[in-house]
Amino acid sequence: MTPLLQVKDIQKHYGARIGCTDVSFDLYPGEVMGIVGESGSGKSTLLNCLAGHLEPDAGQVVFDTRADGPVDTVTMSEPERRMLSRTDWAFVHQHARDGLRMSVSAGGNIGERLMAVGDRHYGDIRDKAIDWLGRVEISEARVDDRPTAFSGGMQQRLQIARNLVTGPRLVFMDEPTGGLDVSVQARLLDLLRGLVREMGLSAIIVTHDLAVVRLLADRLMVMKDGHVVEAGLTDQVLDDPQHAYTQLLVSSVLQV
Amino acid sequence: MIELNDVSKSFTLHNQGSAVIPVMEGASLKVSAGECVALTGASGAGKSTLMRVIYGNYLAAAGKVLVGGLDVAKAEPREILALRRETLGYVSQFLRVVPRVPTLEVVAEPLLALGHDRQIALGKAAGLLKRLNIPERLWALSPTTFSGGEQQRVNIARGFAHEYPAMLLDEPTASLDAQNRETVLSLIEEAKTRGAAIVGIFHDIEARQRVCDREIDVSGFTPGKAA
Amino acid sequence: MSEYNFAYLDEQTKRMIRRAILKGLAVPGYQVPFASREMPMPYGWGTGGVQVSAATLTPDDTFKVIDQGADDTTNAVSIRKFFENTAGVATTEETDKATVIQTRHRIPEAKLTEDQILVYQVPIPEPLRFLEPRETETRKMHSLEEYGLMHVKLYEDISQHGAISTSYAYPVKVSERYVMDPSPIPKFDNPKLEMDAIQLFGAGREQRIYAVPPHTKVVSLDFEDYPFEATKADHCCDLCGATDSYLDEVITDDAGNRMFVCSDTDYCRSRREAGHVGPMTKENAA
Repeated sequence: MTPLLQVKDIQKHYGARIGCTDVSFDLYPGEVMGIVGESGSGKSTLLNCLAGHLEPDAGQVVFDTRADGPVDTVTMSEPERRMLSRTDWAFVHQHARDGLRMSVSAGGNIGERLMAVGDRHYGDIRDKAIDWLGRVEISEARVDDRPTAFSGGMQQRLQIARNLVTGPRLVFMDEPTGGLDVSVQARLLDLLRGLVREMGLSAIIVTHDLAVVRLLADRLMVMKDGHVVEAGLTDQVLDDPQHAYTQLLVSSVLQV
Repeated sequence: MIELNDVSKSFTLHNQGSAVIPVMEGASLKVSAGECVALTGASGAGKSTLMRVIYGNYLAAAGKVLVGGLDVAKAEPREILALRRETLGYVSQFLRVVPRVPTLEVVAEPLLALGHDRQIALGKAAGLLKRLNIPERLWALSPTTFSGGEQQRVNIARGFAHEYPAMLLDEPTASLDAQNRETVLSLIEEAKTRGAAIVGIFHDIEARQRVCDREIDVSGFTPGKAA
Repeated sequence: MSEYNFAYLDEQTKRMIRRAILKGLAVPGYQVPFASREMPMPYGWGTGGVQVSAATLTPDDTFKVIDQGADDTTNAVSIRKFFENTAGVATTEETDKATVIQTRHRIPEAKLTEDQILVYQVPIPEPLRFLEPRETETRKMHSLEEYGLMHVKLYEDISQHGAISTSYAYPVKVSERYVMDPSPIPKFDNPKLEMDAIQLFGAGREQRIYAVPPHTKVVSLDFEDYPFEATKADHCCDLCGATDSYLDEVITDDAGNRMFVCSDTDYCRSRREAGHVGPMTKENAA
């Protein structure tokens, strides 16, 4: 089976400082990869390099495209990469405001990706938007409301709906539950889990919260100071950590 | 079906001055289809550890851990994930669930993950819950609020939802009353009949003698005490 | 020295503008940046249109200027006089006699021919500006043909008002490639954008020129289930009886009385000269 994403030797420096370095892994369809680390570990830099938001200094990010097979997205032309990020890829930002148009209604936000790939039937677009609002547990009655009128958790769920409506195959998530109340987090994680399984998505999730990876990720990479210090099955890395830093991380989690 | 060859395991506690704690050495065993093997030994001797090594939850330091032909100690993460989905079931001592998911869904999860029809999967789950005496009024609730015994029965139901060719059972009858213990033992016997290879930890001697064909004392694998 | 160079601008400037015009005609609907000059009128008063006209006029041309359809408003009169002074060209109020027509916010009712050039005055050339304030981003969207956002605006209209409520400056897709703002003409005029004449658009403050060559496909954006309609007031012209022209609503007194008249004054005049009458004409005659 061809990996959906092959990451080879990604490196990104900020001057003399290492952003991330020596990162390589393969991601297969339906797999969820968690990337954990504390602030400054390089996990966000890595995610942005993978998603095409930052240009890495070296390395390849080979994505198995539908039309042309495996293509290195780092050297792809910008129009192609932008098209990819509207169709096969999705990016869920930590702050919903970065991933939504705040002055456009919820329905318009979800419909935008559909309209961007050529949907031209208002009724159909609206129906799909309402369907997706239901799937992310937002009441249909809110379809014409602006996200400014939504709570943080609702905005985040709207962002997810907006991203998933075109059925992407790979979702990048940057701290998807950061800043949300605990009960809201639980709801969101459950929703994500269900959608990932239902849609057969692959995902790369960056977070500093080990409970989130335990719940959502099949595999885990632990980063420190720009390096990947340990990688493997999530439950194995968390239950039987080999590296000193991972052991420290795991033992630092507060028990409730 | 399950075969261990000269497996060893140790823990290195980097944050405690890199203390190395060897827990297992030279572990070898074989379990064939239709067999149930009990792991015995004093508390702390390494029974759960051995089970976790077979499951891939713990990394073996050396040796081969073959399940259905796949060497878990060396396999790719996705191979182990596929193994756990299709071939190797694990009923741990504690139920670990995602909050908010109803019990019926929790039990049906292994079947849904394999792509089975939703209604059929839920039907099977309902059947198992009934057998294990979990009242229907609880099926729509998340098991996180259940009693220890109820949680354990949900755990078992989930473990037996899919007919795994290989199973690891860690204290499946703990905290169960006589009736439910009987049900679980029947489930194990049914699994054996259909050809599953089972490794189990049973503190209950009667249960062990009832379903297990052999016993393996893991203290034989304790480092420094090689048989 | 009281002599102006022909049409006020120096020859080098006219060459620069003509290059921009040629580029615009070669890529229909694409906004070509140009070095907009200081004109003797403030920004917002048609400096773009004036520069395009100045670069286009030749001594043999006949020039017409309309402002919202009328030849006799202040602005139309000023611009006409400007070119009479600086270019010495013949001017006219009759559409079919003009070779170059500069217009603010309307397309003449009379069908234009292959021998004519229509010059539009454009305030904001960027159709996406109100949704996406960043110039860097809108340029990318045009170059990558990423126009989903334009339909989002129409979607919002329908969800809020039940119909696409944009009534002027209605966005169009030109030659199946660029989305263009046709300047603030009423949507009633949009179908006329497919014409035999050359259409040039000048935005002086924003420093952009764009163009639509003759016989170019211009499609107003819409949804399959909410198709574009070139609507107008449900009335006829009270002076000439025309039912097919865009009408101005004129309040006649402070008792709520009003009348509807053709916005295109030349069209109305020519119809009246041909003997057509409207409801008000009869009253006046009575």
